[in-house]
Amino acid sequence: MTDFLNWITLHQQIIYIVILMVFVGIEIIGRVPSVLHTPLMSGANAIHGVVIIGAIIVMGKAEADNYLALILGFLAVVLGTLNVVGGFVVTDRMLEMFKGKKKK
Amino acid sequence: MLLTLIYLIASVTFIVGLKMLSNPATARNGNLIAAGGMTIAILGTIFLYEEDGQKLGNYGWIFGGIAVGTLIGFLAAKKVKMTAMPEMVSLFNGMGGACAMLISIVEFDHLFNKDSGVNFEWTAYPPLSALTSDSFFISALPMGQLLIILLGLIIGTVSFTGSMIAWGKLNGKVKDFSFKNQQVLNILMLVLIVAAASYLLWYCNQVGVKINVLTGMDNTNLPTESFFTNVKIIFYGLFVLSILYGVFFVLPIGGADMPVVISLLNSFTGVAAACGGFLYDNKVMLTGGILVGAAGTLLTILMCKAMNRSLANVLIGSFGGNKATGGGGAGKDQGTYKEISITDTAVVMAYANKVFIVPGYGLAVAQAQHVCHELEKLLESKGVEVKYAIHPVAGRMPGHMNVLLAEADVPYEKLLEMEHANEEFSTTDVVLVLGANDVVNPAAKTDPSSPIYGMPILDVELAKNVIVNKRSMKPGYAGIENDLFFQPKTSMLFGDAKKVLQDLVGEIKNL
Repeated sequence: MTDFLNWITLHQQIIYIVILMVFVGIEIIGRVPSVLHTPLMSGANAIHGVVIIGAIIVMGKAEADNYLALILGFLAVVLGTLNVVGGFVVTDRMLEMFKGKKKK
Repeated sequence: MLLTLIYLIASVTFIVGLKMLSNPATARNGNLIAAGGMTIAILGTIFLYEEDGQKLGNYGWIFGGIAVGTLIGFLAAKKVKMTAMPEMVSLFNGMGGACAMLISIVEFDHLFNKDSGVNFEWTAYPPLSALTSDSFFISALPMGQLLIILLGLIIGTVSFTGSMIAWGKLNGKVKDFSFKNQQVLNILMLVLIVAAASYLLWYCNQVGVKINVLTGMDNTNLPTESFFTNVKIIFYGLFVLSILYGVFFVLPIGGADMPVVISLLNSFTGVAAACGGFLYDNKVMLTGGILVGAAGTLLTILMCKAMNRSLANVLIGSFGGNKATGGGGAGKDQGTYKEISITDTAVVMAYANKVFIVPGYGLAVAQAQHVCHELEKLLESKGVEVKYAIHPVAGRMPGHMNVLLAEADVPYEKLLEMEHANEEFSTTDVVLVLGANDVVNPAAKTDPSSPIYGMPILDVELAKNVIVNKRSMKPGYAGIENDLFFQPKTSMLFGDAKKVLQDLVGEIKNL
């Protein structure tokens, strides 16, 4: 029990962030019209591309002779970038078409 | 501490961006804002991130990787056809999952394999106030970190292989595949994954030092050579299990449920990204990841609700499993259906006052959205009011039809959501169903034994005439017969949607 309380005290900042973000995430998309489900999914898909920051850190910390870290890190950066760039561009393409129609 | 500010701004752009994405008027800007936040977060990390006063190195590798990823991602996203959008989202989602997976592997290796094989960073002593007994144990390994690494590995890998299978299924490369007791196998694998991960954590927690405060004695439990071998075997065993689980998790789920699965895997990747946030104490990864994890889960549930099914029901894949018992109506005598010719259809539609078009996946497969728009314009020029009725789960992704029709320049205002369309069907002369099936199946309202019972549907039978275009009488994804086709009001118009629509346009022009 004390271990558990210690752990919470030590990580309270992160725990607060997690809890609040769960509610924010639920709240902000609660009233989305079904028309936008696919673009929204695609947009969320692009946002979880933040994982690329982890890949950059891995890559940047890798020692010059640690080939495993270098190669896997490089792959991770490539894949993460694919997720981010592809995700945002695909979302934009979907939304571009909606937008154009509204103006007419 | 400029980086902290940058991360804060990026986190806010993610929240604002996602919020704006849920409103048609602001959606595009929302996407751009989130993309902007992502860009500054990435650049900030590259140039400003430091750990123990050390800046990041290997700039060549980093920029090389980003350049390659940007080029491929940009081209792939620009070139992909609108009908292939769902696959693309799944593919990119898999990439994110793989990224989280690789990070976990490298960090695991870092923890256990540095040079001599020993890399102990002794965790901080607990505060004295926390001591409840005379002796306490300090683990030699950062257990919290290890837990996060394992979580990131498992979730990231499942998301990666699952997304790849979903991608393959959507573009037809991977066929539905299920065998007896597959669910048992899946549950077994999941239990095994949890058990192995728990055992690994327990096993690593044995290494450390036990201190007795009263006697001042300490008992150090140092790792042996076999300890490292065992840890590695369990870790990579977990990796393989996660790969298999991702594959078998998605394989039995039917094509119609893929959107739900992709959305779920999307939120998985979000959680995997958040694991990276824990690992590096990185707030922007944490907020972004959890945000997507929560929003993705809600979106998944919303999609399930639109089909009136529970998430568990989708995942266990009852459509695939209970085909024999599920089609309660199938055994009944269905009676006969009547066919209608292109010419008759042309006449009926051209002289109607109000026509509704109900698009479905068949329209997407046939790439018939442009000729569909052509038909709509032609009818409008003849004074017919034409609208589209969009079921929330028509096609293979919610919103799929909207995207598709928008590509063909169909005005946004002409697309009616289900509730509004249902109000108008009773004043409609002709409903043209294009390659949709389950979303107009009255069994959802009348037959409690039907697997889709309770799903809200488009009440096309309220209209005066219903013309259904399908390639054959084969049932749709749900694998059940559709009573609508046998009703007196309904006429069947067989053929590929594109071909039929082209002929129809030709006929109407000749009238």
